[in-house]
Amino acid sequence: MSLLELTAVELAKEIKAGKTTAVEAMKAVLEQIEKTEETYHCYITIDKEKAMQAAKEAQEKIEAGTLTGPLAGVPVAIKDNLCTKGVVTTCASKILENFVPQYDAEAVVKLQEAGAVMIGKTNMDEFAMGSTTETSAYGVTKNPRNPEHVPGGSSGGSAAAVAADECFFALGSDTGGSIRQPASYCGVVGMKPTYGTVSRYGLVAYGSSLDQIGPLCKDVTDCATIMEVIASHDLKDSTSVERKDTDFTSALVDDVKGMRIGIPKDYFGEGLDPDVKASVLNAVEVLKAKGAIVEEFDLSLVEYAIPTYYTIAAAEASSNLERFDGVKYGYRAKDYEGLHNMYKKTRSEGFGPEVKRRIMLGSFVLSSGYYDAYYLKALRVKALIKKAFDEAFAKYDVIIGPAAPTTAPKLGSSLSDPIKMYLSDIYTISVNLAGLPGMTVPCGTDKNGLPVGMQLIGNCFEEKKLIQTAYTYEQSRKEN
Amino acid sequence: MANVISDETIEYVGILAKLELSDEEKEAAKKDMASMLDHIDKLNELDTTGVEPMSHVFPVENVMREDVVTNGDGSEATLANAPERKEDAFVVPKTVD
Repeated sequence: MSLLELTAVELAKEIKAGKTTAVEAMKAVLEQIEKTEETYHCYITIDKEKAMQAAKEAQEKIEAGTLTGPLAGVPVAIKDNLCTKGVVTTCASKILENFVPQYDAEAVVKLQEAGAVMIGKTNMDEFAMGSTTETSAYGVTKNPRNPEHVPGGSSGGSAAAVAADECFFALGSDTGGSIRQPASYCGVVGMKPTYGTVSRYGLVAYGSSLDQIGPLCKDVTDCATIMEVIASHDLKDSTSVERKDTDFTSALVDDVKGMRIGIPKDYFGEGLDPDVKASVLNAVEVLKAKGAIVEEFDLSLVEYAIPTYYTIAAAEASSNLERFDGVKYGYRAKDYEGLHNMYKKTRSEGFGPEVKRRIMLGSFVLSSGYYDAYYLKALRVKALIKKAFDEAFAKYDVIIGPAAPTTAPKLGSSLSDPIKMYLSDIYTISVNLAGLPGMTVPCGTDKNGLPVGMQLIGNCFEEKKLIQTAYTYEQSRKEN
Repeated sequence: MANVISDETIEYVGILAKLELSDEEKEAAKKDMASMLDHIDKLNELDTTGVEPMSHVFPVENVMREDVVTNGDGSEATLANAPERKEDAFVVPKTVD
């Protein structure tokens, strides 16, 4: 059996038992990258020597007994909007083509403490704005399940790297579905935790009130283990929540008897691919057979999530991306007249079209005269969406639906119509607006063999119910 | 299309966003923004009278700490990223005569 077939947790166990080493694991991953990276292009930056060196150091510490974490020696890929000390962090944008952070993101620090070893930085949509990884300034990533298709986005490089065995797991970020949607398209497991669970320190901000970091990985056990490692209360992130219930692996229990599962009818209506629908409903049947109590209900307000999200995310993005002005880091235009013109030229040359589109929209909805009508209106609708979820979670433990309305679209078919691309996030976006945890688990394929993902949504701080439900489903799939 | 974005609006938003758009980009931006605003106008179907705008889903309070330095001196690493520097300073184009 090839090392690459192991999950992150299985690999860590083998390393700990002395059956293999961190160095062997890194070698296996780098050989795989050598073979397949030219086709898939999952990464923006890979420093093989540095990765091998780090693997050697990890192995020495493991042998010395000083590195005993649950991911000790496991090679990991990091999305390129997470700051990594001494390693270029581009956000897939030209404007940060040469930016070298002087510190690590807190989530990266937590992984290092648990012994994971970084391979490199994964491709993404520019500043996480996109749903296909095609807005990257550094080329498109292809879906390893079928390279004619996109891997999804914005954490498309991370999802593809897991699917292509070019890493054992990866970190992504999710502002409107950017972990769960690519996980669905690439047939891997992904989780966006409750807002505030993972520190955003060192995550280059897109929509600060919506952004969360989370894992993309091979199975539910890996997901719970990684979550347990990266969840932390961090004084460097003022929205970080102090939680005492982050022992997520305790929820790896094969039992859903009495679990109340709500199926939102509005997630199964118009626009949903029939194959996706059938796969997700089959998965629900499996859970029902295992003793879950399944009931359909009307969640309501689903069609308002996208306009609400794009107003709020664009507003926050226009403010967050003000800092890229060619003064302190990154790209600076070559020809300009005076300071203000330097800002304008730098930003106009440095940002791609989708980023400019959202900055323009955000600047507009925040401008005087439109602020109340657009921005505040969206924040009011956000309150209504949260309330609709509150009512649902009074009745149900877990809400289950599709992660995306279709399987992965073909490369080059999405960017021409922004609204159409935005619709691919219709089932994931409201989860960010309400700050809830959401998780994608593979649940089959469509008629063309492309993966389908089931999305599990929980109430705030109830990741464990998602993990338990997903784990139970996964076990039953292994049995059959 | 219900929303029509004027040349003046695009100019104004360009100033706010600190973006210099070519004529072609301006035309595209007018079209894109109008269609996105049409989509966003759907929110007006909902009566939100009396609903407070929700910025964060949990109550968020300011986090205070003592004003003491806990990280080391990172000035050299910071300046190493500067597009242009002079000794310990960032260099920007002349702004005052």
